[in-house]
Amino acid sequence: MSTYAPAPQSTGRFAQAWSGRRRWPLVSVAGGLLAAGLVLLPLTFLVVEAQQSGWGEVQRLLFRHTTAVLLWNTVRLTVACTILCAILGVGAAWCVERTALRGRRVWAVMLVLPLGIPDFVVGFGWVSLDHGLHGYLAAVLVMTLSLYPLVYLPVATALAGLDGALHEAARSLGLGPWRTFWRVTLRQIRPAILGGCLLVTLGLLAEYGAFEIVQYQTFTVQIFTEFKLGFDTAAACALSLVLVALSVAALVGELALGGRGRAWRSGPGARRTAPRVPLGRWSAPVTLSLLILCALALGVPLFALVYWMIRGSSTTLPSTSILSALGHTAAYSAAAAALSTVLAIPVTTLSIRHRNRFTLLIERLAYLPMALPGLVIALGLVSFSVRYALALYESSLELIVAYAILFLPLAVVGVRAAMAQAPSNLEDVGRSLGCSPAAAWRRITLPLIAPGLAAAFAFVFISSATELTATLLLRPTGVNTLATQFWQYTSNFAYGAAAPYAALMVAISAIPAYLLSRRVNVLSTRGARR
Amino acid sequence: MSRGQPLILSPLLIAAALLITGCGSARGSADLTLYNGQHEQTTSALVSAFEKKTGVSVEVRSADEATLGNQIIQEGANSPADVFYTENTPVLEALGEKGLLATVQPSTLASVPRRYSAADGSWVGVSARVSVLVYNTSQAKASELPTSILELAQPRFKGRLAFAPSETDFQPLITSITKFYGVQTAERWLKGLQANAAVYPDNETVVSQVNSGESAIGLINQYYWYRLRDEVGAGGMHSALHYYAPGDPGDLVNVSGAAILRSSSHQADAQKLLAFMVSEEGQQTIARSDSYEYPLRPGVAPAADQPSLASLKPAALTPAELGDGSAPLALEQRLGLL
Repeated sequence: MSTYAPAPQSTGRFAQAWSGRRRWPLVSVAGGLLAAGLVLLPLTFLVVEAQQSGWGEVQRLLFRHTTAVLLWNTVRLTVACTILCAILGVGAAWCVERTALRGRRVWAVMLVLPLGIPDFVVGFGWVSLDHGLHGYLAAVLVMTLSLYPLVYLPVATALAGLDGALHEAARSLGLGPWRTFWRVTLRQIRPAILGGCLLVTLGLLAEYGAFEIVQYQTFTVQIFTEFKLGFDTAAACALSLVLVALSVAALVGELALGGRGRAWRSGPGARRTAPRVPLGRWSAPVTLSLLILCALALGVPLFALVYWMIRGSSTTLPSTSILSALGHTAAYSAAAAALSTVLAIPVTTLSIRHRNRFTLLIERLAYLPMALPGLVIALGLVSFSVRYALALYESSLELIVAYAILFLPLAVVGVRAAMAQAPSNLEDVGRSLGCSPAAAWRRITLPLIAPGLAAAFAFVFISSATELTATLLLRPTGVNTLATQFWQYTSNFAYGAAAPYAALMVAISAIPAYLLSRRVNVLSTRGARR
Repeated sequence: MSRGQPLILSPLLIAAALLITGCGSARGSADLTLYNGQHEQTTSALVSAFEKKTGVSVEVRSADEATLGNQIIQEGANSPADVFYTENTPVLEALGEKGLLATVQPSTLASVPRRYSAADGSWVGVSARVSVLVYNTSQAKASELPTSILELAQPRFKGRLAFAPSETDFQPLITSITKFYGVQTAERWLKGLQANAAVYPDNETVVSQVNSGESAIGLINQYYWYRLRDEVGAGGMHSALHYYAPGDPGDLVNVSGAAILRSSSHQADAQKLLAFMVSEEGQQTIARSDSYEYPLRPGVAPAADQPSLASLKPAALTPAELGDGSAPLALEQRLGLL
């Protein structure tokens, strides 16, 4: 914005719609509709299939004692895990992003990594450590430790982009550090916290794999039983509608709690980075707590992998197959992460900057894939592509789109955390100084939300790298990913052969996590120099 | 870092991924597509022997049989699959009921005892395993183990058993008891078992847990024990197999079968593949593989140290009696086991 140029004449309808903030920007609307359309594909399948199920059968499955028990199991697990994830996620993010903790970059990577470990390995790690570990408390433990990164990542992003001026103002007006945290910091990062909690809640509704290991039965078990043993797609889909109902409750609840709030100020002066809090005598306890968290969330499953590699006799591997699996996993995950992130931009732009019933509906829709078992979504895509896009069936492109749909909620939360902090009126200033709408967006909003885009990318990449269900259904015939190879070996007892694949999944998840931590650091130091 | 980087990178990444992984699907490059729910090593040994012998190329798509079954149901008439090879038969029966399977040619069906294949000839039995007990040798004595599966419901086994009620292998046991003694006995037995046993997600876990001493006795199929022995070595085995008395409802075979999809446009090659699977050569391949399944063709011996199928005299439920597994499923659901 250093050079002055006259504002371009905007005469076309497109340009008018784009420039007027009160109108809906066409690009965002088109992108939002595309995202909503993709999410609606599997949902349509769900409803159409569910209709074919006889009401009598659904009644028999739904209105029995077991259902009540399973629903209660689902609800009490979800509530406990969400609260614990919020505490762990916010606490860890604050320590890493806002204090003068040593080795922040290492922590930033380690704290995200549990996301890159398949549920099966996490569950197995715990069960092999303590054979008696099952039931409610075991499920709470295992799920909290594997899901807290869903809160950590958006909150860390939001904390890195925090406006320090408010913090200083609060302190200068006499608020102590704790009250400043409660009344200023927490308010600014609330959209990120609520977004992360929403992901945890929705993710738990659809979880199945880990609960099998710790023998904790939730409502999703019923859906899988209908699929696996009954081959009754209709009944399974009808039951899945219960999950949709539960997630609608969670989505409305988050809205009511104010998950949509903007977190920028409109006063004069540039944004400045808040100073880091010196830890002083708290340094040792904080480091120790983070160490314990990482040891539990990362150490236990990694221990299981090492144990497998040493104990198993099936460790000989043809190196070509592992390389090809690695290549496919990396390529698919990167493409899906890019697609999801791009789709998340219009969805969040609309819901934050052009908030109305319609844009809110699109945004809420984008969260639904998180609450449905991957099997339902993948079968929906099978059913759709076999009928209407046979050429795409079992192709790389279809698999990438499937990942993008499955993990769109993660991307939306990541982008939203940053978008909520990016003042839209700065773009108006840019426009008034002569930038074209596209240039104003690219030069002002894009750099502001870049940490969010990076977080979204990392989020989706890591989750795609460990995805199994949709991969088994939609990958091109003959293609293997790390997750499918891992599954193949573990389902044949070849734990020794399986372990390197799981280790590689964790290793490639470390790459985006590392880049993300660098990116966040670059931004905060750049801000500090200003 | 350039500020526009993330957005420029996105389409590039997607394009690169498509280039690396190959844009479209690989379909059509082979003569046959096999959807495989069986042990992958066994299948690939079978397939390469078949390709060498006939020159017909086969593409294998492996996943668990339930996933593949649901996938085939959704694919309907457009299914890319020609042949479906599974570990259990209820999924084949379910597809048969939906009219998705073609009839197997009579000479193929005649290669294995008729009771191991579908009554209507919609699939052929290829191999089998036997339902047994595994016990931890320091926690249980062979002499105290039951000769009949019904005894497992007795209070003396409280807290000592392990089983996997959600495995496809488990429902046939309920069906078998129902056939021998009626549905009330089956329900009483299941309740007794439920009171005595720990529930595990799959048979692999059951045999590992018994071997490590977490449970004393487990209900499995014989081959899981042999496969675990392959993985941990004979020195790591602290358990042994116990067979029910011949003819007991627990002494049951679980059949693995193969079928041709009605929608396949390669019926002749598909029939050839099925014929090969039950041929002398195909059955020898199965016996030599590390799956430890029993070949079903008369005269082909099982892997090394296993007792022969004939000596075990396992009860044979006809596939019709076994059905698609929905009756035992409903019972398990009623008791809250699923």
